[in-house]
Amino acid sequence: MSVAATDTAVLDDVPAPAATGRGDRFRFLRGGKTRTGLLILAFFALIAVIGPWIAPYDPDAMSDQLLQAPSADHWFGTTHTGQDVLSQILVGTRGVLLVGFIAGFLATVLSVLIGVTAGFLGGAADEVLSLFSNVFLVIPGLPLIIIIASFVEDTTDLLIAAVIALTSWAWGSRVLRAQTLSLRRRDYVEAARATGESTWRIILFEVMPNLTAVIASGFVGTVIFAILSEITLAFIGVADISHWNWGTVLFWAQSNQALAQGAWWWFVPAGLCIALLGTALSLINFGIDEFVNPRLRTATGSSKKVTMRVGFTPVARTAAPTTTPDPSTPPTPEPPGETRDTGTTGENSETSKEPSV
Amino acid sequence: MKYVLQRLAFYAVTAWAAITINFLIPRLMPGDPVEALMSRYQGQLDTSAIASLKALFGLDENKSLWAQYTDYWSHLLDGDLGLSFTFFPTPVGEVISQALPWTLALVGITTLISFLLGTGIGVYSGWRRGSWLDGLLPVTTFISSVPYFWLGLIAISVFAVKWPLFPFEGGYDNSLVPAFDWPFISSALYHGVLPGVTIVLSAIAGWILGMRNMMVTVSSEDYVMVAQAKGLSERRVMFAYAARNAVLPSISAFALSLGFIVSGTLLVEMVFNYPGIGFQLLQAVGAKDYPLMQGVFLVITLSVLAANLLADMAYAFLDPRTRKEA
Repeated sequence: MSVAATDTAVLDDVPAPAATGRGDRFRFLRGGKTRTGLLILAFFALIAVIGPWIAPYDPDAMSDQLLQAPSADHWFGTTHTGQDVLSQILVGTRGVLLVGFIAGFLATVLSVLIGVTAGFLGGAADEVLSLFSNVFLVIPGLPLIIIIASFVEDTTDLLIAAVIALTSWAWGSRVLRAQTLSLRRRDYVEAARATGESTWRIILFEVMPNLTAVIASGFVGTVIFAILSEITLAFIGVADISHWNWGTVLFWAQSNQALAQGAWWWFVPAGLCIALLGTALSLINFGIDEFVNPRLRTATGSSKKVTMRVGFTPVARTAAPTTTPDPSTPPTPEPPGETRDTGTTGENSETSKEPSV
Repeated sequence: MKYVLQRLAFYAVTAWAAITINFLIPRLMPGDPVEALMSRYQGQLDTSAIASLKALFGLDENKSLWAQYTDYWSHLLDGDLGLSFTFFPTPVGEVISQALPWTLALVGITTLISFLLGTGIGVYSGWRRGSWLDGLLPVTTFISSVPYFWLGLIAISVFAVKWPLFPFEGGYDNSLVPAFDWPFISSALYHGVLPGVTIVLSAIAGWILGMRNMMVTVSSEDYVMVAQAKGLSERRVMFAYAARNAVLPSISAFALSLGFIVSGTLLVEMVFNYPGIGFQLLQAVGAKDYPLMQGVFLVITLSVLAANLLADMAYAFLDPRTRKEA
């Protein structure tokens, strides 16, 4: 089933675009949304690596050009001490991405381990593990991170990432548990159990592939959460403000009344970077979701060809093949539920069965 | 009823664990920042205040951990959270109880609005896939990727500094005395518009998206087709058959996101100097006011826990399967 094939790809941190050789496996990279998301992410990853070298100025260096609006010399303007905002953002990208992905990875591992185990085993194990994740769930991450960070004298990026991961895995874990709970009594799982497959085999090969979307969204969601938390910590001045990241820029902007002075260039670029990065990650998330569940595709995509109506067989309106499905793709079983409806008819028209779940 | 009792017991245990974690945090941290603070206020603290601070932060080195723990609980059950250093010498409990109504109102109203509005839009956009509503998705995604506080900053710079339509800080007009009369309430509502809209805008995208995706999935189920085959009206199929089933994950996500929304609200309060507990947390962080920080943390945690319980009840009410499974 094509769903199972994505499993490995999705569990990797960042799907490597270079490895597209294996046909169907990386097909989800080809959606417009995913591609846009990956491009933006790749852009920021590049900045994270080379940012400190391409920054035109030392982000800490003061100059006599105080609070200048954006110009050819200073693309993003300058701060009240004449520091270059663009350089600060370029240099700050690395910390943002690093913390985000480390925290996301750690949290995903934890949430899969605990959530799937709890949901599948049920009984006492479920109670214990659920209790465990609920404890972490009810502790709102941000205040906890704030408190820990302000107790600790010197907060490193790694420490922040670890704290964020420890406080944010429970969300994914609970969603995974709920999903597993609803899967574990499905017929195909019962069938596997009846044939004597071991519990771990059932979890890994019958249940997990159907959780791919949840796991993937969990990972990407945690990365977004981690990035936001980290920037927030810097913004309220809890994290080490001598270490540049986008939040630090906002912290200085806020504490020096950038708003009241109309110095929009001081806080707009950092916020837009955060939003752009977050949007990129969300787009990747949607791409994965839509790959696993083709029904979610919007009509704006590749799918303006077939109309579904209640009681009618799908009919291809145009004979010409769509551009997006790769002709070289091996003839994988196109899920019967892949109903590329036009949506323009306004008919509430989904009739076929869900492909996998 | 058995289910309800089970959940109650379960959340009682969880609350106990959360409080215990709150007890352990300052004791696991290196250094003794609280001691340093106390020495700064030496002479102004009376003996009972010193005793309660010591119990709350584990400064009684000669006591066993267990004795510290029982001390901690007895202070907590008395509602004694220590003295705030920022608002010296007001007790933390008093400081928080002044701020809590503001936060509860802000979070409660905005969450309700964004949940109802977002779920409603999600139902329609999932049911009529490909309509203009799909065009909203990228926009809402973008907005929800923006940190709450940054959206707040932008809102201030546009609607309070550039076009001064709304006040840029505070929860009510300072010339008014807080009371349950129309001038005060209208002033509070007026001051709440910008923070409220900021939170709703940030929070709504998640509801739209979750609901849309569930609607799309659910609308292909057999029972939806049966309902359509029976010739029921589209509205009835959409709401009573598809939406009722699709809303379940949103309900279970409701409690989950509450913690997230509360965190976001704290930040919005910080940006707008809104007189809720988020703003107090900011002040506490700035002044290293550990008693206040921990008190705020405890109150937030317990509130979120209570909300979890409520959502669980709602879920059980809507989904009979849960009652059997549990």
